[in-house]
Amino acid sequence: MSRTPAPDAEYMMRDTTSHPAALTPAYKTSVLRSPRLALISLQNSLSEVTAPVFRPEEFGSLDNDLIMNAAKDGLPIGERILVHGYVQDQLGRPVKNALVEVWQCNASGRYRHKKDQYIGALDPNFGGCGRMLTDENGYYAYRTIRPGPYPWRNRVNDWRPAHIHYAVSGSGWVQRLITQMYFEGDPLIATCPIVQIIPSEEQIRGLIALQDRSAFVQLDSRAYRFDIVLRGQRATLFENAVHGAPK
Amino acid sequence: MSQQQMKPLMRETASQTAGPYVHIGLAPRAAGFEIFENNFGSVLTNEKTRGERIRIEGRVFDGIGTVLKDVLIEIWQANAEGKYAHPADQQPGKALDENFRGWGRSCTDFDSGVYTFDTIKPGVVTGRNGRFMAPHINVWVVARGINLGLNTRLYFSDEAEANKKDAVLNIIEWEARRATLVAQREDKGGQVVYRFDIRLQGDGETVFFDV
Repeated sequence: MSRTPAPDAEYMMRDTTSHPAALTPAYKTSVLRSPRLALISLQNSLSEVTAPVFRPEEFGSLDNDLIMNAAKDGLPIGERILVHGYVQDQLGRPVKNALVEVWQCNASGRYRHKKDQYIGALDPNFGGCGRMLTDENGYYAYRTIRPGPYPWRNRVNDWRPAHIHYAVSGSGWVQRLITQMYFEGDPLIATCPIVQIIPSEEQIRGLIALQDRSAFVQLDSRAYRFDIVLRGQRATLFENAVHGAPK
Repeated sequence: MSQQQMKPLMRETASQTAGPYVHIGLAPRAAGFEIFENNFGSVLTNEKTRGERIRIEGRVFDGIGTVLKDVLIEIWQANAEGKYAHPADQQPGKALDENFRGWGRSCTDFDSGVYTFDTIKPGVVTGRNGRFMAPHINVWVVARGINLGLNTRLYFSDEAEANKKDAVLNIIEWEARRATLVAQREDKGGQVVYRFDIRLQGDGETVFFDV
């Protein structure tokens, strides 16, 4: 008997207390965009336990290098950092070949997006997006410019702490996750409605990357460590179906 | 395995909203710039893909009927034979289609709010413990104001008989709500279009699943 799940095994039930509720009035936009009716609970079928499979050759060599992947005639302005960590499931198993996509604003707090009107300057050499696959150990790494904080329309003077957005696609559709990574020591974390709607301190701590002295690149960049936990897949120890019964 | 060797169960990383600029990361062309050579998009087929070509088209509405223009939608589906391009799919007698991954993403248009996918109609996938499932497409919706991605399913209006037997539609106790998952087939100048609008809240609220 083993705890290694069959490939089509179900995933563990999502612990909804690990996430913000759908309706969180402190984050005003959620008020009209949150379902009012209960979600319908669905036992996993093949539709939920499978997910798209990606191949390394689909990615360009600079896709995980945000310092260089949009540089035109020079380097982007700001603090050079490396961000790395492991994607694992709730049982601590590495999630291999997971798609990790990241996006962020530049050092001035400005996004390269046609809808962002913030006064912070655009950087002609910075795009703000990257993507990569995790390796056999669930490890990922990319380098970038540390993003700046910026104001946003919620309460009249709300500011987002510096953050990097993440979208992760694992081995099952139910593992799909979007989140944001924050930086250790940022005083804006404590007052950000988007962070503070997370229902536990422990879960907020899980989104704060710690400076990782061991991974600093000499005379080049500092480093941050950010690990991600996706839903775990259950090992089915006792099947409900009767096997080997006389036909 | 001894108790000492067992690791405690970790908690899933907390979800956060995709925010208004989700396009930068997941669809940079929509944000207004070119960065990747290979872009993930809303066309799932190439000329060799097997199956009936269909377009899925719709809009997303908030609780007071506003058309939302900053939503990102992903779909995940089986191929024309009803097989997923994933190693966990061991259904006997169904072949993979090397020209079909079955996954795509689309953004609602900044002006019209319309999203589209060009894909094929999926075949029947057998449900857990052999239960019947009608042809369907898995749909995942994220946007500013959505704290945890919403999962739903798209079924097909021309599969009424199969839909009646579907294991998932039948667990929706409120029969009137099942219709929110059925995309309506239309013929638009020779092109098959399934209209699938998503209502996040209020009248006709789409059924979302806790998967």
